[in-house]
Amino acid sequence: MRRANGGAILLALLLLWLVGWPLLVTLGEALEAPRWTLRHFAEFAERPEEWRALWASVWISLATVGLAAGIGVPLAFLFERAEFPGRRVLGALVALPVVLPPLVGVIAFLFLYGESGFVARGIQALFRRDESPWRLSGPTAVLLVHAYTMYVYFYLFTRAGLSRLDGSLLEAAQALGASRRRVVTRVVLPLLRPVLTAAALLTFMTSLASFSAPYVFGGGFRVMTTQIVASKLNGDLPMAMVETVTLAVVALIGLFLLQRSEAGRVVTGGGRGIAPARRRLGRSRWIVAAFGWLLAAILLLPHATLVLVSLVPRSTWTVEILPPVLNLSNYAAVLSEPERLRPLVNSLWMAVVATAGALVLGFAAARFAVRGRARLGGVLETLLSIPWALPGTVFAVALSTTFSVHAPWIGRFVLVGTAAILPLGYLVRNLPLTGRAAFAGFRQLDPAIDEAAASLGAGRWRRMWRVDLPLLAPALAAGASLAFLTALGDFVISIVLYTYETRPISIEILSSLRLQETGVAAAYGVVLAALSAVAFFLWNRPTEAVRPPG
Amino acid sequence: MDVPLGSGGAGEGKLSPDSEPPFLVLEHLDKRFGATHVTQDVSLSVARSEILALLGPSGSGKTTVLRTVAGFETPDSGRVVADGEDVTDVPPERRRFGVVFQNYALFPHMTVGENVAFALESRGVKKKEVREAVARALASVDLSGFESRPVTQISGGQQQRVALARALAPEPRILLLDEPLSNLDPSLRGRTRRELKRIIRSIGITTLFVTHEQEEAFELGDRVALLNGGRLEQVGTPRELYAAPATRFAASFIGRSSVLPATWQKSTGRARLPGGAAWPAIAPWDLLDGSPVDVIVRPEALSFGGPRDGAALEGRVTDVRYAGKETYFSVALADGAELEVLAAPDAAQPGWKVFVAPLPAGPAPRAYPRESAG
Repeated sequence: MRRANGGAILLALLLLWLVGWPLLVTLGEALEAPRWTLRHFAEFAERPEEWRALWASVWISLATVGLAAGIGVPLAFLFERAEFPGRRVLGALVALPVVLPPLVGVIAFLFLYGESGFVARGIQALFRRDESPWRLSGPTAVLLVHAYTMYVYFYLFTRAGLSRLDGSLLEAAQALGASRRRVVTRVVLPLLRPVLTAAALLTFMTSLASFSAPYVFGGGFRVMTTQIVASKLNGDLPMAMVETVTLAVVALIGLFLLQRSEAGRVVTGGGRGIAPARRRLGRSRWIVAAFGWLLAAILLLPHATLVLVSLVPRSTWTVEILPPVLNLSNYAAVLSEPERLRPLVNSLWMAVVATAGALVLGFAAARFAVRGRARLGGVLETLLSIPWALPGTVFAVALSTTFSVHAPWIGRFVLVGTAAILPLGYLVRNLPLTGRAAFAGFRQLDPAIDEAAASLGAGRWRRMWRVDLPLLAPALAAGASLAFLTALGDFVISIVLYTYETRPISIEILSSLRLQETGVAAAYGVVLAALSAVAFFLWNRPTEAVRPPG
Repeated sequence: MDVPLGSGGAGEGKLSPDSEPPFLVLEHLDKRFGATHVTQDVSLSVARSEILALLGPSGSGKTTVLRTVAGFETPDSGRVVADGEDVTDVPPERRRFGVVFQNYALFPHMTVGENVAFALESRGVKKKEVREAVARALASVDLSGFESRPVTQISGGQQQRVALARALAPEPRILLLDEPLSNLDPSLRGRTRRELKRIIRSIGITTLFVTHEQEEAFELGDRVALLNGGRLEQVGTPRELYAAPATRFAASFIGRSSVLPATWQKSTGRARLPGGAAWPAIAPWDLLDGSPVDVIVRPEALSFGGPRDGAALEGRVTDVRYAGKETYFSVALADGAELEVLAAPDAAQPGWKVFVAPLPAGPAPRAYPRESAG
C-alpha cells in the first residue's frame, strides 16, 4: 500500500513542537543558552537540600513499589484464585481507586487519618487526650498515601496475569509432584514476572511523578516534584530548570533500568488454554470472606469519609468525634454559586478539549505508523510516549518556560496566562494514553480488513470512517476515558500553569482547604470522583465486543 | 543450470489456451522483503474467464504474487496488466478486482447485507440498486434472506460465501482468492470447492487463486502455476503437471512419488540404479552420459514381480497403507532407498522380500539432474 509520508512528517513536526521542543528549551534554559554554562548544575550539586530531595524521590518511589506490591499482589491472589462469598463485588470495589484522581485519594486520606480526621478524633476521645495522637506528615505519611493509592496497579495487573494463566501448566507442575508452594514459586510467579515488572514500572514512575501527596502531606519533607514547584514559586527559575532536567534524567534512568530487566525474557504460555480453576475453600471461606470484607472496608473507608465530610456544613464541626450536622449545603454552594461552579466548568471543558486533541493526534499517528507503514512510525510512537516517561511537573515547567516568550520564528508563543495553556498541558500529558490505545487498537486489527475495504473500492477517508473508526471505537473510548479522567483531576500541571480565570477543580479543592472549608473541598472531591466514575463507566460500559468472524 | 523448458514449462509467453489476447498479464514480477527475494521474475498470463491456480508450498511467494496483483504490494520491478491496462501503480481501490481473503476479512461491525453493499456504496450507487444488487449477490451464493444477520453469527462456510458475494457484488474485472477454503473444516471443504467452482463458472469471471493444496488446485484450476522459492516452476493443465512435470520439484511436489539416485545412460535412454538395474526413463533435459540423476517414479508406475529381468530391484516391504481397491506398499531397498508401490491389497505383506520393476504400460519414470534438487 502507498505510504503517506507527507502527513507523517507534518504530524511528527507537530508532536516534536508539542513534546520535544519544550524539553529542549528547558534544557537550554538550564544551561543558560546561548552562553552554555554548567553554572546552575554546579550550584545544584553544592546544595545539600537538592540532593536530599533527589534521594527522597528515589527511595520513596522504591519503597512505594515494595509496599504497593505487598498489598496488591496478595490481594490479587486472594480475589483471583480463591472462591468465597462476595468475591466478585469486593474484587471490583477494591479496584475502585483506579478511577479516582490522586488528589481525591489524598484528601480522603487526610479526612480519615489526618490529625483532625476521624481516626485521630476517635483515639483522642477514647484516651481523653487534648491533642491529636499523631501528625500525618513527612515521608511516612507520603508513603502511606502512595501505598494506598498505588496498590491498585499491582492488584489489577496481577489479577489480569493470573486470569490469563494456562491452567494446564499448573496441572502439569502438580502432576510432576510439585507442592502448592513450589507451583507458585517455580511456575506462577515466573510466568507473572512480565506483569509484575509492568506494575512495578508504572508504580515507580507514578510515585516519582507524584505531587499531590508530598505537597499536601510532605511538610518540610521535599521530593523533586515539590522542590521544583517551590523553586519556581520562589522565583529561582534557573534552579527550577536544573531540577526539572535532573528529575527527567532520573525518570529516564528508572525507565531504562526497569525495562532492561525484562528485555530478552521470553515467557510464553500466557494467554493460551483455560485459566486455572479457583480454589473452593471449605469452612475457611467465611474467614477469608470476613478478611476480604475488612480489607475492602479499610481500603474504601477514606472515600466513604470524603462523602461524609462533604455533608458537613461550614463551622458546625469542632471537637465532636462525629459531625453533629449533615446536609447538602456544600453541594448547593458548589453547584449554584457562579464562582464556585466555575472550576467545575473549567475542568470539564478543558478536559474535553484536551482529550479530543490527544485523541485525534494519537489516532493519526497510529494510522500513519501502523496502517500506512510510514518510515517515521517509530518516531511518532516515541514522541507520543515521552510524556508518560517524564513526570507531569517536568512538562508543566517545560511548557511554562517555552510558552512564556514571544518568538514565533522558533515556535515559542506567549500562552502562559491564557486559557490555552492548561488544555495544551493536559493534551501533552494525555498523548501517551490516547496514543497507546490507538496503536494497540490498530495493531490488533487484521490488516486484511483494510485491504478488503480497499479492494472494494473504498478510498482512504471512507475506510477510516466506515471501517477503522467503528472497529477501533472501544480501544479509542478506553484511551479517551483515561485521558479525560487524568485531565479532569489533574493537579500537577494545573498548579504550575493555572490562572484565576482557568482554575480547575483540583486548585479549588486546595484553596478551599486553605480557607478551612473542608466540607466544600470534600464536596468538590466527591463531584470530581463522581464525574470520573461516570466518564469511566460510560466509555467503558460493557458492549458486545466486535469480534472478527470465525 | 539453465532450465530448458519443454511444453508447459515455466516462463513461456503463450500461456493462454486459445488465441485471444490474455486478460491478465504478469510480467517479470520481482519483489524483495529486506534480504528475502520473495518473487523472482514471475511472468504469467491468464485468459479471459480462465481460472488459474497458484500452487506452491509455504513461503513459495504465491500469496505475494496475488497481493501484488491486488495492489497491496508494489513490485520492485515488473508489471501487472489487466485487460490491456497497466495497473502496476493503480491503488487497490481503483483496480476493480474482487478479493476473497484467507480469513475472509469480513467487517465484523456490519451485517451480511452491509458487508455485501460496501463496495457499491463506496461507488455512490443508489440505495434501491444497492439493495437489489445485494439480494442478487446473496442469491448467487445461496444466502438469500441473510441481509440482516451479523457476520459474527453465521457459520464458517456461510462466511466464506458472504466474502465471495461481497467480492463479486461490484462486478469486478478479476477475482482473486487467497486460500479461500483453508479456514473450513475438511468435511465442508469438498462441497464448498464444488460450489465455488460452479459460481465462478456461472459468472465467467477471470480468476486467480492461491492454494497450497494440490487437490484444490487441480479441481478448481483450468491451469495451475507451480511456484517454489519465489520462482515459477511450471505452468500447465493439471494433467500436464502430473504426467509431464518439467522440473524435479514439480515431479516430487505433485502427486505421490519416490526418488531414487541413479546414473544416466544417454545411449539407451535409461537410468542405472544402484544394484545394477536399468530403468527406461524420460529426461526433460538434455543430460550428459554418466551424469548423476534423480529418478522420480509414481507408485502406480511400479509393480511387484520376479527377479527375471534386469529392471527389477530387490527390497523388503516395510509398511502397508490400505487405500480401498488398491494398497500402497513401502519397500526398503538394499541401499537404503525407499520406494512406494501401488498394487492389489493381497500383493504383499510387511516383511516380505519383493522385486519391484516399472510397468511397461505405466507412466514412465522421469530423470532429473541431481543438481536441480530443490
